[in-house]
Amino acid sequence: MRRIINYPPARGQKLILGLLPFLAILLIYLMASEARLAINPGDKLIPSFSSFTAAMERLMAQPDRSSGQYLFWFDTYLSLWRLCVGLGISALLGCVFGILIGFIPHLRAMFEPVLAALSLVPPLAVLPILFIIFGLGEVSKIVLIVFGIAPFLIRDVVLRVESLPREQIIKAQTLGGSTWQMMTHVVLPQVMPNLINSVRLSLGATWLFVIAAEAITAEGGLGYRIFLVRRYLAMDVILPYVAWITLLAFLMDYGLRRLNTFAFPWAALKES
Amino acid sequence: MTAIKIDKVWKEYGDTIVLENVSLDLPDHEFLVIIGPSGVGKTTLLRLLLSQETPTRGEILIDGKPIASEPTADRGVVFQRYSVFPHKTVLGNVMLGPQWAQAPLLGRFFGKKHRELKERAMALLQRVGLGAAADKYPQQLSGGMQQRLAIAQALIMKPKVLLLDEPFGALDPGTRKAMHVLVRELWEEHAMTIVMVTHDLAEAFALGTRVIAVDRPRRDPQAPERYGATITSNFEAKCRVVRESERFEAARAKARQDHGQSGASPPSAAMIHPFPLKAGAA
Repeated sequence: MRRIINYPPARGQKLILGLLPFLAILLIYLMASEARLAINPGDKLIPSFSSFTAAMERLMAQPDRSSGQYLFWFDTYLSLWRLCVGLGISALLGCVFGILIGFIPHLRAMFEPVLAALSLVPPLAVLPILFIIFGLGEVSKIVLIVFGIAPFLIRDVVLRVESLPREQIIKAQTLGGSTWQMMTHVVLPQVMPNLINSVRLSLGATWLFVIAAEAITAEGGLGYRIFLVRRYLAMDVILPYVAWITLLAFLMDYGLRRLNTFAFPWAALKES
Repeated sequence: MTAIKIDKVWKEYGDTIVLENVSLDLPDHEFLVIIGPSGVGKTTLLRLLLSQETPTRGEILIDGKPIASEPTADRGVVFQRYSVFPHKTVLGNVMLGPQWAQAPLLGRFFGKKHRELKERAMALLQRVGLGAAADKYPQQLSGGMQQRLAIAQALIMKPKVLLLDEPFGALDPGTRKAMHVLVRELWEEHAMTIVMVTHDLAEAFALGTRVIAVDRPRRDPQAPERYGATITSNFEAKCRVVRESERFEAARAKARQDHGQSGASPPSAAMIHPFPLKAGAA
């Protein structure tokens, strides 16, 4: 009898074990749904899968009566647009300012404290201010995301720049590199894989900000729809929407991971 | 020609004196090895030569001119670790310096210039035995190969002085031997000045033409920080006269052999005096 830590699962076992919790959740849901619907066929809390397909069919394939939009795709487009623009701006700011602040000592002395303070301000607490300043349109939503994500990304890049071995920077200088050349050829490429990983980690927070902003005011969006239909206890819409958001987040995470291994093959070598 | 002069250099951190009154004259084409117990300031001396740190008092001159106050391309360096860029291929690492020097904005060559530089870089990589690994990333190389790469990367800039900070400290004995041979050969070929820090005495005397020991001549048990280290012995490991006559003999033997093979060709002046002995060199 070996210790339990010395029993690694085989490949097939691994797959089955990984799938098991998903199946369990599904099974529990189905059983609960069955039980409730048996007592009250009009129950809305745990709808059956057939009502999911019906609701989704309505939102995906039939244009909305008032706006003429295919609501599901319209919501997805709006939310993804906000998420990508907000995250894109944040990543750009993180890259540019992170490298400048991390690499140039005077800028670091000047901006590091203020960044530390800014990143501790709860973004949702300033959301009303953003609504007051930027109105209820798209700008305030994008600003919310940038305000929530960019300081984190900037600080992350600053830390990464600081952790570059001092020897490398000295060596770059003995090769005649200027500050600009070192930033573009030594610092930027080595920061990028880490930045992409940080963007992956902040995907969850970004979705949070998107949905929070949409919940308060929007003309559409996945979060907006969820909070709208909440009034009608429309679990047949909310649950598929939540699943869809999760799937989108997973796909983005996966895409960024693939981008990292494709664009920066050397970064994977480092870990091994 | 590269003559280094260290003129009464002191290095202090607050109250702590690390180096006191270090003076050294190093003529052209020397292989200086700095030895000494750990933590005594060998590496600080090398950093001063590199301008990674500046002396508190005194100055360092190369060819009579004070060195720049920051690391520049006239002094190449190889550290024990982290001397190469992990995100560039072996070839990319070697091609970096010349591209930076001549393309300030993009730091990149295109077309003919790129091809020429690539040929030069490949020749250098062949020389250090990395020709077959040109497309690999540094992490795919062994420790010895990484140090070879770091040396090639520094050499392509044709530095006046090559500074080595315990470059072979992390290598196994066999690799270390091979590196010694390579560094000796490169030092001869490029006729440059090398300054190396090591704590390995055998290595110091195998490589160096001049070996200096850095240590604290005085100690105050109550305040150890009050006295710094200085050069406590300065030993000429390989006499310049002997080195030059050896080189002369080798060149003469080669010339004689060449002459013997080609038979009819008349002897040129270079064959008779390939390396005229310099007067006053000692």
